[in-house]
Amino acid sequence: MHTLRETKMIVNRLKHLLGAGSALVGTLVLWAMPTSVQADWALNLQRPVTEIARVQYDLHMLITYIVTVIGIMVFAIMFYSIVKFRKSKGAQAAKFTHSTKAEVIWTVIPTLILIAMAVPSTKALLLMEDTTESDMVVKVTGYQWGWHYDYMEEDVSFYSKLTTPQSQITGTETKGENYLLEVDNHMVLPVGKKVRLLLTAQDVIHAWWVPQLGGKKDAIPGFINEMWVRADETGTFRGQCAELCGRDHGYMPIVVDVVDEAQYQAWLDGQRNKG
Amino acid sequence: MTTTVADHHHDEVPKGITRWLFTTNHKDIGTLYLWFSFIMFLVGGAMSLVIRAELFQPGLQVVDPHFFNQMTTVHALIMVFGAVMPGFVGFANWMIPMMIGAPDMALPRLNNWSFWLLPPAALLLVISLFVPGGGPASGWTLYPPLTIQGGMGMDFTIFTVHILGMSSILGSINIIATILNMRAPGMTLMKMPLFVWTWLITAFLLLAAIPVLAGAVTMLLTDRHFGTAFFDPAGGGDPALFQHIFWFFGHPEVYILILPAFGVISQVIPTFSRKPLFGYTSMVFASAAIAFLSFIVWAHHMYTVGMPLSGELFFMYATMLIAIPTGVKIFNWLATMWRGSLTFETPMLFAVSVVCLFTMGGLTGLMMSITPADFQYHDTYYIVAHFHYTIFAGSVLSMFAGIYYWLPKWTGHMYDETLGKWHFWLTVIGFNVTFFPQHFLGLAGMPRRIPDYALQFTEFNQISTIGSLVMGFAQLILLVVVVKAIRGGKKASAEVWENPEGLEWSLPSPPPYHTFATAPEVR
Repeated sequence: MHTLRETKMIVNRLKHLLGAGSALVGTLVLWAMPTSVQADWALNLQRPVTEIARVQYDLHMLITYIVTVIGIMVFAIMFYSIVKFRKSKGAQAAKFTHSTKAEVIWTVIPTLILIAMAVPSTKALLLMEDTTESDMVVKVTGYQWGWHYDYMEEDVSFYSKLTTPQSQITGTETKGENYLLEVDNHMVLPVGKKVRLLLTAQDVIHAWWVPQLGGKKDAIPGFINEMWVRADETGTFRGQCAELCGRDHGYMPIVVDVVDEAQYQAWLDGQRNKG
Repeated sequence: MTTTVADHHHDEVPKGITRWLFTTNHKDIGTLYLWFSFIMFLVGGAMSLVIRAELFQPGLQVVDPHFFNQMTTVHALIMVFGAVMPGFVGFANWMIPMMIGAPDMALPRLNNWSFWLLPPAALLLVISLFVPGGGPASGWTLYPPLTIQGGMGMDFTIFTVHILGMSSILGSINIIATILNMRAPGMTLMKMPLFVWTWLITAFLLLAAIPVLAGAVTMLLTDRHFGTAFFDPAGGGDPALFQHIFWFFGHPEVYILILPAFGVISQVIPTFSRKPLFGYTSMVFASAAIAFLSFIVWAHHMYTVGMPLSGELFFMYATMLIAIPTGVKIFNWLATMWRGSLTFETPMLFAVSVVCLFTMGGLTGLMMSITPADFQYHDTYYIVAHFHYTIFAGSVLSMFAGIYYWLPKWTGHMYDETLGKWHFWLTVIGFNVTFFPQHFLGLAGMPRRIPDYALQFTEFNQISTIGSLVMGFAQLILLVVVVKAIRGGKKASAEVWENPEGLEWSLPSPPPYHTFATAPEVR
């Protein structure tokens, strides 16, 4: 029989052990989890904040699971053969050279899997390419090396350039939290509004990409591309130019502030007064 | 005919430098190609180490961004056009005549010429790094208008591409002529070893694709210097046009790099499984299907360029189709090993690693075919990881498998198995440490072709750089293995391996300077 005190002690010890264990497991799970909360060691696509980004994320997860299963099957057969059919373990080689049945199976099944993948992909593409019924338009122009934003209906336009100081790049100063992902003038968008972006460039091809807002699109001189975003939540989202555009390609980030309607109007007024 | 005199004459091996300059012997030219490829592999590899060194930490430590861009560009050009393509032409030269029972290539002087075009072209490309303005810094895809901006290094590059293209066209004409005309009696098309088949298909791909690239870079040249505006919007041109033309070449090009590799693997796996290749006929048709599809999928490299919806859908579906013949190949290799009697000498180790790692590269490729998802993957490190899993783990590791497989035949000596295994493990482990983390980097949002990056990408970049050092220096082991085997070592028998299939194993190791002067009998 244990005394009450002893029992308490044992329980406490167990709790302690469990705590340490779960902390360890938790760390491992966090590390391996697709949507890791840690900034470092990020393993998967960034958390989506628009419908398009969410559809892309879900599609990405679906095809990742499919190819992972296929990959594991191929590896399993491979390793089974490596272990089982070794000459050193006395394996005798069979003589078969083909099997129509097997070959039909491994042609038909992949075809079916492909069709299963093509259906949601087609749906997603139809959604992404539908730029109709937008609430507002912003023209985005890439140049060597920065971005220009033109809120065409609002008479607001401005340049947006990297603010990370050279000293941080060369390493004479400690790098800040948003190293290389910070600009002087943020692009500001209202939450919940369908924004049609018109993309073009002044000199060479650039590509506008904020991962959390959805995919990228090329900004091509002399041509206008379009895409749309509708952010579901407010916040600051960061991205980069994604098409090699010369020496400072790595130094032309994008920062988008998604704000509520009132703040957006106030920001527009402020911008107009500036001009 | 007085055979004794003829034989005596034939076995005389020319001496000195002129042997290599004037040679029309397929074995000599094969050797030249292989050494050229290996030197280019080391040069291009050194450039990749410069890239990885700069990316070890965020910030700029080692090189200037412009030089960094030159490194990524020239690394890719050298690896694609200088290392992998000539490497497989080297294999073709050595092996195709010996595999089909021919005395030599059909057009021996042309063969000499197509090799000797390569060194000046490579030199031109390397020299471009030292001219004012530096070498090409636009990525190997050479997209205008960026390439219209570059200095004279870009013109050097264009000229290099022209010369290398000429060499490839001449080489592929020679290969086609050899395979179609010089087979021994009884060697019907459907009896040819799979390596010969994949090269026949590759040669047709080269003939169709390379002139397109030559056209694209010529238009670039005239845009730069002669006042045309094919790609300049200011003159009514279209920058996206270049991408369409480039990738119409570029996608067949990736199969030009991988099909001969499939051929090598299809020779190696049956030998070490002691079992005939599973599904020979379907392998041939799968290769042909891949080659055909390669011409109708080009725009999946440029989904983000702004295509009509119908175009995006077409290229998505067509690209997904490639998974089927590629899958057939993978399953056939697995079925070849199934119930075999396996041993794991170095060539087999490399072949098995190719099947595993190429499968991974193929599966990420399938993911990229999905257009909506590719809008996230495009131009990130996910792509970099993907194409190194296909081109390095597919093509280059296959070449290693081929080198270890045929080196005893070529030199007459067994290679050092212990060193071979070291080379294998260091390469494969180094490769995965380098490129597996790049999947994560790409998904998390790191664009490719940047010399400096945001802080959240630091850890995986450091792991990647460490892996690249292991992988890079491991390649020197291969040099040691090859040099050792050339100098001496255990004598190799004619068969080298246990009952391997193919005419090349009916010849002594090393084979005499001229082989199959009298055509062999093929059952």
